[in-house]
Amino acid sequence: MAALSGLSGLTAFVRRAPAGGSPHRNLVLDYADDLKLFRGPWRKLGLGLLIFLYLWAPGYFSNYVLGVLTICGVYAVGVIGLNLLTGYAGQVSLGHAFFFGAGGYAAAYLGAQRDWPMLLFLPAAALIGFVVGAVVGPFALRLRGNYLVIVTLGLVFLGEHIWKTWDSVTGGGSGTSLRGASVSIGGLDFRELEIAGSSYEKEQGMFWLVWAIVAIVALLAKNLVRSRAGRAMQAVRDRDLSAEVIGVNLARYKVGAFAWSSALAALSGALYGIVTNRLETGIFTLFLSITFVAMLIIGGVGTIFGSILGALLVSGGQQLIARNSSAFVFDPIIIASPGDSGFLSIGEFNNILFGLFIVVFLMFEPRGLAALWLRAKAWLLTWPFSY
Amino acid sequence: MIAAVLADISQSDLLRSLVSGFALGCKYALVALGFVIVFKATGVINFAQASFVLVGGYLTFNASETWGLNFYLALLVAMAGGAAIGMLLEALVLRRMIGEAPFTLVMVTIGVLFIIDNVVTAIWGPDPKNLGDPWGLNVRTVGDVAIADRDIWTIVFTSAVLGAFFLFFRYSSLGLAMRATALDQEAAMAQGISARVVYRVSWGIAGLVAALAGAVLSAGSAALGPTVGLIALVAFPAMILGGLDSPLGAVVGGVIIGIVQQMTALLAPEYLEWAGQGFELVSPYLVMIVILLVRPYGLFGTKEVRRV
Repeated sequence: MAALSGLSGLTAFVRRAPAGGSPHRNLVLDYADDLKLFRGPWRKLGLGLLIFLYLWAPGYFSNYVLGVLTICGVYAVGVIGLNLLTGYAGQVSLGHAFFFGAGGYAAAYLGAQRDWPMLLFLPAAALIGFVVGAVVGPFALRLRGNYLVIVTLGLVFLGEHIWKTWDSVTGGGSGTSLRGASVSIGGLDFRELEIAGSSYEKEQGMFWLVWAIVAIVALLAKNLVRSRAGRAMQAVRDRDLSAEVIGVNLARYKVGAFAWSSALAALSGALYGIVTNRLETGIFTLFLSITFVAMLIIGGVGTIFGSILGALLVSGGQQLIARNSSAFVFDPIIIASPGDSGFLSIGEFNNILFGLFIVVFLMFEPRGLAALWLRAKAWLLTWPFSY
Repeated sequence: MIAAVLADISQSDLLRSLVSGFALGCKYALVALGFVIVFKATGVINFAQASFVLVGGYLTFNASETWGLNFYLALLVAMAGGAAIGMLLEALVLRRMIGEAPFTLVMVTIGVLFIIDNVVTAIWGPDPKNLGDPWGLNVRTVGDVAIADRDIWTIVFTSAVLGAFFLFFRYSSLGLAMRATALDQEAAMAQGISARVVYRVSWGIAGLVAALAGAVLSAGSAALGPTVGLIALVAFPAMILGGLDSPLGAVVGGVIIGIVQQMTALLAPEYLEWAGQGFELVSPYLVMIVILLVRPYGLFGTKEVRRV
């Protein structure tokens, strides 16, 4: 009898349990189940926890920590975009600094020079990114792999030149300010937020604004990748020739992935502008593109929450090290001030660490931080048969 | 239009730009040759080549200025050092990544680029240095064209490396093994060729050529600094233009890019004013994009066959 009950437990994996009996665990029983965004009580609990953190953090953390987290959120939007392109559609790009810059300057021009309201200039920046991406996308139809990498790399250099030259929009070498851009929705000005009689500082308002957008973007991206379009993109990633044979329109999905990805990068650039209030041409370099890819790899290629983890770890890590360079762990290594002990400057230390992270993750954990979590989850779900 | 432009600028200006463009192109070609040899053998686009170039420059500096060796001896020391670093990198990192997706390999070499570049600045400091080359800013006049000594040496080195490549691939058994591996790795291994040796040697050669390129790029007055490696990125258009896996293509591509760049520098201020200052610095990328749209595998590259 014992053996039989073991068998009936097994059938729960393949067939819906008969009426009256239900599996003792939350198992995926059919496709509809598999497509659910928040499946099972644990995920709903996690969602509740995240919402709680979102509301609670700005009251608890210092303005400095909030600033760091806000910048991480800004990058997270761009990394999610890059993930759609690289992680899901399998097209590589070192050109995201260019799209990021296009969005940033669009926001600067429309928001600060033309005085558009935020609800108009943010979508407009994303739209401009979308169009630029759709123009670049067709390259992916003609070029593959390594050639595409180098062409998108060339895009960054061309972009840098455009930003330096087009000074009526970008301010040329001296940069442009977004201080005049409105950051309000209706009566809520996120720079000096007042809700129900209590007023909040700029850092708190920006944290709420940026992470709300991260949440919306993450949800949209998750929605996209679990739909027909998402499956088509993944088919293109796994083997574009086979995808074409089974009827996926390659041109549509490759160009579409570029356009959406670039729209999100542009949105991220626009947010970067309104958070930091200043854009200079020196920001949109190859280094930024590489940072985006590094966040994607370290966080986890092909998972949306991995993108957010990667942005938090890389951007947060860099900012925290720059600030705490004289803390005890770093003190013997980093030269924080002239005459201090150590053998590396902050920038050198940060860059070496950055390079090491990329190499180590690619060699030992190519699917990033997200894979660690997924493995832990699989272990827990299959317990006590986890091995 | 073109005839009018050509009539407008003086013959000597044009000739000078052509010659300096050719010399510049040879520098790019040296860097691109290092890229090509690794790509041909292993299929990796090695961004760390830019840091090999940087290390090569500083090793030459160290051997000639700090140790006081003869410059040409210092150059040999740097080349040996560059080869050692290339092989070390292959053994430590790239050996474990065989068979990964192209973009993964690109990113690994970018990670290595960050590490090496910053270790170099940590060791030698960020200030520009004199390489200690005997060429300095000497200039020779041939007819009515002036050529810098270091440009002449660049052209000599590039021709020598290209010639050596030709002889090596054509007549040495190792060169034959490398060609066979590039053509079909499994078939080569079935013939008893060790892919390990081929990979290691090609990384070593890449490091060796990069050291030479580094020395050539940082010759002159206070020209050796942490930004020397960045110049290597302009070698990408050169390499792409010629086709990723063709040494001859790398040289032709390099020379085209060099001449385009110098001609743009000569003509753009007058005829392409709207394109802005420093347009010559990005013109190689524009040329590259246009050529790739017409010929997706470069001028001399092997066309990839797609089969179901």
